[in-house]
Amino acid sequence: MEKRSGLGIFLTKRLIKLVTLLVAICIVTFVLLELSPIDPVTAYVGASTKVGAEQRALIAEHWGLNKPPIERFMAWFTSIIRGDWGTSMIYRRPVLEVIGQKFLSSLALMAVAWTLSGVLGFVLGIIAGVYEGKAVDKVIRAYCHILISTPSFWLGILFIMLFAVELGWFPVAISVPIGVLAEDVSLADRLSHLILPSLTLSLIGISNICLHTRQKVVDILSSDFVLFAKARGESKRSIIHNHVIKNASLPAITLQFLSFSELFGGAVFVEQVFSYPGLGQATVQSGLRGDLPLLMGIVIISLIFVYVGNMTADLLYMVIDPRIKEGQMA
Amino acid sequence: MMEQVERIQVPQGPLFKFGVREKAIIAIGLFATVFIVILIAGSLIPEDSLDVDLYNIFASPSLAHPFGTDWVGTDMLLRTITGLYLSMKIGIFCAVTSAIIAVLLGIAGPIFGGKIDYVISWLVDLVLSVPHTLVIILVSIACGGGLTGIVIGVTVTHWTSLTRVIRAEVMQVKEMEYTKISRKFGKSKLFIAREHVFPHVIPQLVVGTVLIFPHAILHEASITFLGFGLPPHEPAIGVILSESMKYLTSGKWWLAFFPGASLVLVSMMVENIGRNIEKIINQKTAYM
Repeated sequence: MEKRSGLGIFLTKRLIKLVTLLVAICIVTFVLLELSPIDPVTAYVGASTKVGAEQRALIAEHWGLNKPPIERFMAWFTSIIRGDWGTSMIYRRPVLEVIGQKFLSSLALMAVAWTLSGVLGFVLGIIAGVYEGKAVDKVIRAYCHILISTPSFWLGILFIMLFAVELGWFPVAISVPIGVLAEDVSLADRLSHLILPSLTLSLIGISNICLHTRQKVVDILSSDFVLFAKARGESKRSIIHNHVIKNASLPAITLQFLSFSELFGGAVFVEQVFSYPGLGQATVQSGLRGDLPLLMGIVIISLIFVYVGNMTADLLYMVIDPRIKEGQMA
Repeated sequence: MMEQVERIQVPQGPLFKFGVREKAIIAIGLFATVFIVILIAGSLIPEDSLDVDLYNIFASPSLAHPFGTDWVGTDMLLRTITGLYLSMKIGIFCAVTSAIIAVLLGIAGPIFGGKIDYVISWLVDLVLSVPHTLVIILVSIACGGGLTGIVIGVTVTHWTSLTRVIRAEVMQVKEMEYTKISRKFGKSKLFIAREHVFPHVIPQLVVGTVLIFPHAILHEASITFLGFGLPPHEPAIGVILSESMKYLTSGKWWLAFFPGASLVLVSMMVENIGRNIEKIINQKTAYM
């Protein structure tokens, strides 16, 4: 009972914080875009010269662009709360619809990369930690340190040049083959277009979790309970199985959930390099072409996405780790 | 067996010992030299050496052009170095400004406590709640692109983690006997911050500043690559790489490979300097 109420308070607090962050990010985004030299009317009509000055003025008045900023912010903010996020200027469709569709295809990419980097990073981290100081450890650590300093988009370019152009194993870009209708795209096509981008994204994510897990394993192996286990005659295998993996897995999972922010950031670049039609590419397009409603929508969605990751990490700690659970009871 | 026992008993004395500390110092010296050489070389390259040479377009790497040439025959090595020079200048500036913000807010929070501390923590959370890439894109749109946008954007996103580290450190120092006594003697908060707290966080600050640098240059190149940062006529690594995207399928690998690899090397070098400084400063690892 007590645990439940603790969880309830935690969730309410988190929810309140999410709301304050959302309101703040709305204000900050609005101010930033207000400062920008992009003229919404020009962005809307494009380079067309057929639209005269009077018509421009009419559009501006229709949108309420001649009203003071605060009034406009309130109008925009209330419509956001009511679920009307405006119309995307590049896609000429409601922002929520565009985001929903793009987010799904990004989600496929990010989910594959996230799982892959988590599992690989964890396994490599365990291996490096167990063989601390040996050659394997050095190789794994060198790999991690190189990848930490590697921009994801450059890795993507290299992969395209190597695997798609030189070796021809994978298609160069675009998530569907050219000349095929969206409905007719087979699962195999989709998969073959997903492999290279998600591989790039996951390779970048490995280093963080691997280095962290390695450090954790080293700490665990020098702890008293492992010494005692050795004294009891437990084999190295069973020590790793019983003590190391159990103790190292929770921090690793938590860290993986905390990495949603980097995952999203990485996806922006990877999608841009591979022309993958996801949220990341929509971000870049909306920014470059001045599609402010879509850009604002994406900022809000990304905040919720990152926040859900962080909250899951905290929740996991509270629910799974028996020590923290007890600490909260006391 | 005998030998081992003897070796342990013999005191080290004045004998030169090549340990972690010496290795770290040599690494720092070496990489710092390379870093400075690139900086000097970049500032010495004259503008006209980046000229068009249409007889030599798309030359693959050779002795005359180690990094090859691009679509108008400019030597890629020269372009890369000028690009690195620009990136490094931006990186240094952003690292220093982020560090200044971090040290001010990181100390002010715990020292003044209460609402100020809460606001600062909340600000850190706010910046971290949106992916860095998006924040930098937003800021550079607000500034209308260009150098100002990227510098402000990178600075705004990079002070947070160091602020957290410093804040945690200051929280500890605040509870130490000597700060408590100082407070009882009626010293002002400013005095405590300056005399007791600040000297204590200098090691963290130095390491933190150095470690911000690689992130800053990678972010600068990435955002420029997307088209939000430096304009296409600047000799930036991000511009070179986004240009190379056009020749992706035609097998001109040197256009992307060398500039990107140089950027990775520079950021690894600085990362290494930071880690080594950390090793020397930390008493546990300094004399192994």
